[in-house]
Amino acid sequence: MGKTHLNMKVNGKDVDVLTESRQLLVHVLREELNITGPHVGCESSHCGACTIDMNGMSVKSCSVFAAQAQNAEITTIEGLGSPDGLHVLQEMFKEHHGLQCGYCTPGMITRAYRLLQENSNPTEEEVRFGMSGNLCRCTGYQNIVKAIMAAADKMNEVKEAAQ
Amino acid sequence: MNESTPIKEDRVAALSGLGTSRKRVEDARFTQGKGNYVDDMKLPGMLFGDFVRSPYAHARIKSINTEAALAIPGVHAVLTAADLEPLGLHWMPTLAGDKQMVLADGKVLFQGQEVAFVVADDRYVADDGIQAVVVEYEELPVLVDPFKAETDEAPILREDIAEQKEGAHGPRRHPNHIFTWESGERMATEAVISEAEVVAEEMVYYHRTHPCPLETCGCVASMDKVNGKLTVWGTFQAPHAVRTVASLISGIAEHNIRIVSPDIGGGFGNKVGVYPGYICAIVASIVTGVPVKWIEDRMDNLMATAFARDYWMKGKISATKDGKITGLWCHTTADHGAFDACADPTKFPAGFMNICTGSYDIPTAYLAVDGIYTNKAPGGVAYRCSFRVTEAAYFIERMIEVLAIKLDMDAAELRAKNFIRKDQFPYQSALGWEYDSGDYHTAWDKALKAVGYEGLRKEQADRLEAFHRGETRKLIGIGLSHFTEIVGAGPVKNCDILGLGMFDSCEIRIHPTGSAIARLGTISQGQGHATTFAQILATEIGIPADDITLEEGDTDTAPYGLGTYGSRSTPVAGAATAMAGRKIRAKAQMIAAYLLEVHDNDVEWDVDRFVVKGAPERFKTMKEIAFASYNQAIPGVEPGLEAVSYYDPPNMTYPFGAYICVMEIDVDTGTTEIRQFYALDDCGTRINPMIIEGQVHGGLTEALAIAMGQEIAYDEQGNVTTGTLMDFFVPTAWETPNYQTDFTETPSPHHPIGAKGVGESPNVGGVPAFSNAVHDAFKSFGLTQSHMPHDHWRIWKTANNLGLHD
Repeated sequence: MGKTHLNMKVNGKDVDVLTESRQLLVHVLREELNITGPHVGCESSHCGACTIDMNGMSVKSCSVFAAQAQNAEITTIEGLGSPDGLHVLQEMFKEHHGLQCGYCTPGMITRAYRLLQENSNPTEEEVRFGMSGNLCRCTGYQNIVKAIMAAADKMNEVKEAAQ
Repeated sequence: MNESTPIKEDRVAALSGLGTSRKRVEDARFTQGKGNYVDDMKLPGMLFGDFVRSPYAHARIKSINTEAALAIPGVHAVLTAADLEPLGLHWMPTLAGDKQMVLADGKVLFQGQEVAFVVADDRYVADDGIQAVVVEYEELPVLVDPFKAETDEAPILREDIAEQKEGAHGPRRHPNHIFTWESGERMATEAVISEAEVVAEEMVYYHRTHPCPLETCGCVASMDKVNGKLTVWGTFQAPHAVRTVASLISGIAEHNIRIVSPDIGGGFGNKVGVYPGYICAIVASIVTGVPVKWIEDRMDNLMATAFARDYWMKGKISATKDGKITGLWCHTTADHGAFDACADPTKFPAGFMNICTGSYDIPTAYLAVDGIYTNKAPGGVAYRCSFRVTEAAYFIERMIEVLAIKLDMDAAELRAKNFIRKDQFPYQSALGWEYDSGDYHTAWDKALKAVGYEGLRKEQADRLEAFHRGETRKLIGIGLSHFTEIVGAGPVKNCDILGLGMFDSCEIRIHPTGSAIARLGTISQGQGHATTFAQILATEIGIPADDITLEEGDTDTAPYGLGTYGSRSTPVAGAATAMAGRKIRAKAQMIAAYLLEVHDNDVEWDVDRFVVKGAPERFKTMKEIAFASYNQAIPGVEPGLEAVSYYDPPNMTYPFGAYICVMEIDVDTGTTEIRQFYALDDCGTRINPMIIEGQVHGGLTEALAIAMGQEIAYDEQGNVTTGTLMDFFVPTAWETPNYQTDFTETPSPHHPIGAKGVGESPNVGGVPAFSNAVHDAFKSFGLTQSHMPHDHWRIWKTANNLGLHD
């Protein structure tokens, strides 16, 4: 099968990768670029474990072809913080026990990141609705919601202090 | 002691030991996307294998043509039963004493069954290969209803054993009958029930569902032909048992097999069994000489790997007029699918279903379970419960409700009247178990008080009146549940899997500078073992939890253990951890005494050090003792500081809890709202309250799913109608309520630290609480029993059948 060049900016780096037209974005990220944070849980866009941020939107990378990401700007969980400086969402998920097996976590945090860009001061109801595209089998969501609310507060404190 | 010596409280705090809500050490990697799950693995030259699966539930295979598939560039091999037969691997033993086809041998017995294994460059090419394999089927009559299995018109499913009158668990009366298992006294129970003042009778169905961990099952098998060593990385809840089974069925010597469970994305029982994918990946690696990966997709997972439940439980419960229970009778028809692949200890083909007397002092009881073959996927695993305990809890908690209706008695009062009293422990149940400890009345009273039970009943009555006056279309249901589990299998004398005794293990090595590594025979799938087991050790050996590395899951390095399921990690491996820690401490005591130049008996343990009795200024810390063990020649004491414990528990543990669910039900739409959910758990000694609470939240959400919508359903042709997450209900954050957690603490008297296990309690106790709430809402309209899952459509139908839409 013929391959074409796919150019993207992933976690701030320009990449050029040869892909088949039928390849899904999640497989290109995981298998060609070794970005294994986004996970595959259902291949049908229901579980959200593969959630990435693409051109400023939350996207389920199991349900888009890699070719659709031509020239896209992509952020995955790997782009959200570093071992030396965790993103506040990563810190709050740890602080509030918002994860157990960890399989949904990269998608959860990546989605929460965009949710807080869309709505920096969400109510609990808005968090629950905004996160309803991401499934978790372990936590019952209660602590995930708590972690996201806490992260929103922290981010707002930082913003206020800067003003 | 001098002024720089920290006070005792500070030294205890520095350990982050038992009872602290220590933050999880696993989270740093998981929150950064740096977990290492099996599908993240990439080995040089690795190929990808995937299955051709049966579209039919029952069919004869007339031919399989692999030519076109093999002609596709990038397809390396296509395995069929004919290829596996010379190796004796076309069938494999199940954990339940049956055998199962690895690849379809002459016929298929359920939709989604593995027919051929295509090995290709990657998952896309493997899929091309699958499409190109031509299988010619001849359809056969399908059996989906277990109650029709032994009728004259039923097709015989297992032709391979049709003539066998004796199965792994006794006589078989029909080719579609697997076993009959009995517990208790039949004659005595039937006599009590026939003479009783009040008898309630009901068919309680606990439907077929699936553990559905977010990560599906999979593995990477790599046969190194140079050194003859097979390594398999996979989603294994019991890696050591997998190694032994792999050795027994493949003939590869056990020391040449290494099984590794990397990070596992949830298990919930789904990853206990051995699946055809593992066998095929191993064979494919041997055939191709390179590593082979197999990863299920979600539909494969829901259709073919182990389901849970599917118990039809016909029950009778008898009582005196004033509500004292006198007897319990149960006959269960267990739909096991096409192969008996239940994951139960060998002597318990229906698991611990005979814990079905629950929290109640029931003098006489009888249970019989008939296992039946149908054209459905094999399995019958314990979905976040100890072997069939959730079925048992659902059964008794429904029967109590039905009896309360019959007696016209409040169901909370009926429970309290029949609870095993605190002074009756250890309690011998009519079906043969010895409950270790409990204080049910205290827990129950605390729960009723916490929710304001009387006030809730009053509100419910007022709402009902308003409903009758036409002022509202919403009813209130109050769902009660008081469950008792039996977990921590188990004493080796009772419990084995394929002949392997169900002990567990811990090995500890203290490093010269006073930090440590501990390895266990279990494997975390999200429970946070690396966090909690280090806490047990911290308290036992006085080394901060942060200085203890914990490893599990690699059979080349970890001591042998039977793995993690059935809430057995804390009761068994947790006990081994404490015992190994005590061995370390015993040796440390000798070293300390030598260093302090006193007799062994003249030093005593104090948090993180040994102190000379009566001379608190003279002590040796564990750090000092650890270093001394490496650099001092101590007469009669071996160098180093290591210990191992293989722990065979004297009994199982019996966690319990009291759950109350308050639900609003709209009778016109069938929609439900969980207004309040209160969960009191008593899991004995609490190791990490934060993690316990997280386990309870998660387990309750699985219970919510099961009770309110989640099922594996088949149509009459045996087609799975719930094969994707579109049809198979997994609640989102939107449907899931907030839970209120609480606890009492009744330690297990036989466990070294008194812990009982908690991970499965909320699933076991949650399902009856949700289901009882639905039933309770409709109770005054004459409903005694309806089948789960209580999705909107079924609730609407219930309301409709009761005439509430007239």
